[in-house]
Amino acid sequence: MTTASSARARRGLLRALPVSPAVVLLVLFLAGPIGYCAYIAFTDLQLTGQAESGFVGFDNFREAFGDERFLNAVWLTLVFTVLSSLIGQNTLGLALASLMQRASKPVRTLTGAIVVTAWVLPEVVAGFLLYAFFRREGTLNAVLDLLHLPSQNWLFTLPILAVSFANVWRGTAFSMLVYSAALNEIPKEVTEAAQVDGAGGWRRMWHITLPMIRRSIGTNLMLNTLQTLSVFGLIWVMTRGGPGNRSQTLPLFMYEQAFQKSMIGYGTAVALLLLLVGSLFSLVYMRLLRTEV
Amino acid sequence: MPVNNRPRTLRSRRTKHRLAADAGLLAVAAAFVLPLAWVVLSSFDPKADLRVRVPDSLTLDNYDKVLTPEITFTPLLNSLLLCGGGTLLTVACATLAAYPLSRYRSRLNRPFMLTILFATSLPITAIMVPVYALFVQVDLIDTMHGTIFFFAATQLPFAIWLMKNFMDGVPKELEEAAWTDGASSLQSLIRIVLPLMGPGVAVVTVFSFVMMWGNFFVPFMLLLTPEQMPASVSINDFFGNKGTVVYGQLAAFSILYSTPVILLYVLVSRRFGGGFALGGAVKG
Repeated sequence: MTTASSARARRGLLRALPVSPAVVLLVLFLAGPIGYCAYIAFTDLQLTGQAESGFVGFDNFREAFGDERFLNAVWLTLVFTVLSSLIGQNTLGLALASLMQRASKPVRTLTGAIVVTAWVLPEVVAGFLLYAFFRREGTLNAVLDLLHLPSQNWLFTLPILAVSFANVWRGTAFSMLVYSAALNEIPKEVTEAAQVDGAGGWRRMWHITLPMIRRSIGTNLMLNTLQTLSVFGLIWVMTRGGPGNRSQTLPLFMYEQAFQKSMIGYGTAVALLLLLVGSLFSLVYMRLLRTEV
Repeated sequence: MPVNNRPRTLRSRRTKHRLAADAGLLAVAAAFVLPLAWVVLSSFDPKADLRVRVPDSLTLDNYDKVLTPEITFTPLLNSLLLCGGGTLLTVACATLAAYPLSRYRSRLNRPFMLTILFATSLPITAIMVPVYALFVQVDLIDTMHGTIFFFAATQLPFAIWLMKNFMDGVPKELEEAAWTDGASSLQSLIRIVLPLMGPGVAVVTVFSFVMMWGNFFVPFMLLLTPEQMPASVSINDFFGNKGTVVYGQLAAFSILYSTPVILLYVLVSRRFGGGFALGGAVKG
């Protein structure tokens, strides 16, 4: 008996061996920092000249929720997420995917290629392209001039709107691909039957298509939101969070507190809040996926 | 007559729908293409500014100016080292980890895979501050290998998830035959499983590489010396300290820096179908 069970234990250990390099990396470089994050968020760790850091309990969090600049960052993150991810990427992605179902092949291929290219570009390059697009001397104002519409300095007047548009430009391809795949799986007979029964385009969309792809919508919304919560480079390149702090979302606020103001403890408390919100979305996403592992 | 008429109106309605859909898509495509057109046209324009326009004359000067070791070759080589190293580590660890998860039953499999799935969608941006603080303490700050390890760790959850799903698609019978012939698990993984899941490995490799190549925040935080900076960070130098920005050169550099990932994406999606990256993540 003992030899059998010890042999089984050895076999189990041997089988687990290949997993160990991955586990070591994940524990040291992912779980470790997350744990460390949870620890220093409760300290007053600073970058400059301070040898010892002390445990300060919930002070950092209390400070955050009384800090106007933090609340401003929360609000801007919310605006950025709702505008660019929930509304922009999601709706435009679905619209593109459903138009593609009916469009001719060359137009479909061309549009797909352009939208996907915007997605594949490195984050910083995308940031520069849209910085150029929205600048006072940029392309958007040139187009508006051409149409005799008033131009303005977008990055100054409406910075959060500009970076939200940038995120739509960069991220819509993902939703488009997800929804194209989902729409392709709807059997043709179902929509055709509805069409014969006289249901118009919008009604078919509302009563047939959307209910049939609702799980894709759920997972896509979750992934878009998570993606958008962690956008840093795009905004950094376009506005640095400015002017003032009018496009400073949580990641940029976290960076500013931790490095430009050397308050690592406080910055990390903000990071921990961001991580908690992300985890929440991640859990909902897993529920929606309800996957068989 | 009405009976005959019906298919015709249906067909003409369909044509009308197709035209409307084409028009809608082309409008969106036009809006999307403007920033892309700017970067392409400006890179050949001797007098490029921020506005998209067809250059009066074409020049390769912008490329000529940026194709120096300092501006282009060193940063791209750094990117290659970082992302190549990170990708190798990710793919090797993910392959090894996926094998027992796919092949053997264990009570730990399900919790492990759920943790992995959970980790795939965590906002990594949030932990960059503690990672920085940690790296300073253990002396990994400003080292290529430290950054490579962290890069690999961030990509691993998704890589393991994808790799395991691909590996589940390889039938077990072939390996069992090899085992009876006396092959070890490692041998059967390398000789039988991996060759059969070539597309899967290619997808994981390209996806990891593309994600790291475009990543700005990680090297921005973890590397300090300019000589070690990858292209994603060094591109900032075009702005910053030099005062006026030469937009033509910035555009040329952007194109040089973006081309590898676009080519890789095209290559993989041509071979394995569009949206390859979504395989395991969005099976809703």
